[in-house]
Amino acid sequence: MAQGKVWKYTDNINTDIISPPASLELPVQEAARYTMNAVDPDFAAQYRPGDIFVAQHNLGSGSSRENAPLMLKALGVRLIVAMDYARIFYRNCINVGILAVECEDTDKISKGDQIDVDYGNGVIRNLTTGEIYPCSRIPAHIEAIVAEGGLVPYIRRVKLGRYPQ
Amino acid sequence: MGYTLSEKLLARGAGRERVQAGDIIWTDIDKAMMDDVLGPRLEIDQCLKQMEAQVWDPERVVIISDHYTPPANSNQADIVKFTREWARDHGVRNYYEFAGPCHQVMVEKGHVMPGDVIVGTDSHTCTYGALASFSTGVGSTEMAGVLATGQTWMKVPQTILARWEGTLGPGVMAKDVSLKTIGTVGHGGATYKTLEYTGSTIASMHMDERFCLSNMAVEAGAKAGLIGYDDETARYLARFGVTRRFDHLRSDPDAVFARTLVFDAECLVPQVACPHEVDHVCDLADAGQIPIHQAYIGSCTGGRYTDLEMAARMLKGRQVAPGIRLLVSPASREIYNLCMKNGILETLADAGAVILASSCGACLGIHSGALASGEVCISTTNRNFIGRMGSKESRVYLASPASVAASAVAGRIMDPRELM
Repeated sequence: MAQGKVWKYTDNINTDIISPPASLELPVQEAARYTMNAVDPDFAAQYRPGDIFVAQHNLGSGSSRENAPLMLKALGVRLIVAMDYARIFYRNCINVGILAVECEDTDKISKGDQIDVDYGNGVIRNLTTGEIYPCSRIPAHIEAIVAEGGLVPYIRRVKLGRYPQ
Repeated sequence: MGYTLSEKLLARGAGRERVQAGDIIWTDIDKAMMDDVLGPRLEIDQCLKQMEAQVWDPERVVIISDHYTPPANSNQADIVKFTREWARDHGVRNYYEFAGPCHQVMVEKGHVMPGDVIVGTDSHTCTYGALASFSTGVGSTEMAGVLATGQTWMKVPQTILARWEGTLGPGVMAKDVSLKTIGTVGHGGATYKTLEYTGSTIASMHMDERFCLSNMAVEAGAKAGLIGYDDETARYLARFGVTRRFDHLRSDPDAVFARTLVFDAECLVPQVACPHEVDHVCDLADAGQIPIHQAYIGSCTGGRYTDLEMAARMLKGRQVAPGIRLLVSPASREIYNLCMKNGILETLADAGAVILASSCGACLGIHSGALASGEVCISTTNRNFIGRMGSKESRVYLASPASVAASAVAGRIMDPRELM
């Protein structure tokens, strides 16, 4: 469960928008200030940890670059909501520890809304408008990875049989 | 009931007799490809250390420094240096640099065989699907997991079949087939699915052109871009001494497809993807009178031998329009050398083209030809996203090498058939 203020975007927010090509040669912490620069230069400066990143269709299309979720994570993003995701970006989010929730009603959510995402029960409450939307729960095979704290600890313990660090 | 090519390839990868679309499997990885920009320097080195893991099989790993070669600055140079040393320190003998975009190097150096399951840290890893292998892009953390275990999990994808029948007209190329298909399927229309090309048009295509189709499958969101094994696949592999046939590596006629799209190649005219989405596709002739500043022929999508050959045919005895820059980056050193020996580079240079190193640079605006604000580029590459090739105030149109060459001569976006 997470509650926060919404940063809202529309369809096809691709990886070139989230993580501009010219920023890729920088360490992620430095590159993070360019996150979303092409469409929203205020985002990186004004995003506060706990705010929730919301988009519509095909979030994260394009490159396989993990810089996209890593730069979002460096700004404090832990939860994103979209109608649907480009598949590599979705996997990258899970692998680096960002929870990616699917919700078909994100067109009803606006910038600045306060929302409460109950991904355990599959419900999003829009505290600003009073609306309630269904959202996805996490599939079991992904929950297993998230429960270990991401792909690296999962592989360490489950696949390689090493004790947690 | 039959099986799709994806199901056959992933059944082999998972070591099972059969799998079907929707199954979650762990598959063995035959080859793991890393580049410089998203390779060892991004998370991978660190994740392996956290897992206290070794590279499972250095002979199955290929590392190619291609995005930052030649480096434009010391940051990029440091990344290439790190990648080179990492390969050496981890016993990875298959290391290349300054050889060209990774996907062309992978296929022309014989690192891809039919039946393989391959992952790479670049989204256009789906290129190898043209050789009837299951290949897809992964992020860096996932690659670290693959390096530690030789495996990854996948959901067996459903397949969208794009059936193209008939002969392409003069001046119409695989890139036009690709753009038309993506325009129809949509930017995210094949997400989580395989986009598989079939039909008589594909059967008569040179492998260079097939790579273009598979390469761009990810632009429709696809996990893989497959083409079944046939005589052209066999012809291509013969250069590596491969005589074994892989005729079973085709989708069965009675396999279950999520969707079948049928296209008439005879009706296809040159296509263009307008800014800033790859599925924003129209007939190039309908795009209007659009003046350009730069024309680019290159990349893992549109810089292969047959692409440059077509461009040279268009440009022979002609000149690039005044004030327009035509940049050409052959998709590998091998292609560069072949085009140099048989006069293609000379023809292009005589027409006014600037011949660049074989590299990814201009495609994503990181060196060798970034766009200024307000500039327009027509390009044989794969993405026209906002800011992709430089300034976020520039505009990129995607088209075939024939269309890009014709536009360079005209100084505006022009249907190549006007020059034929």
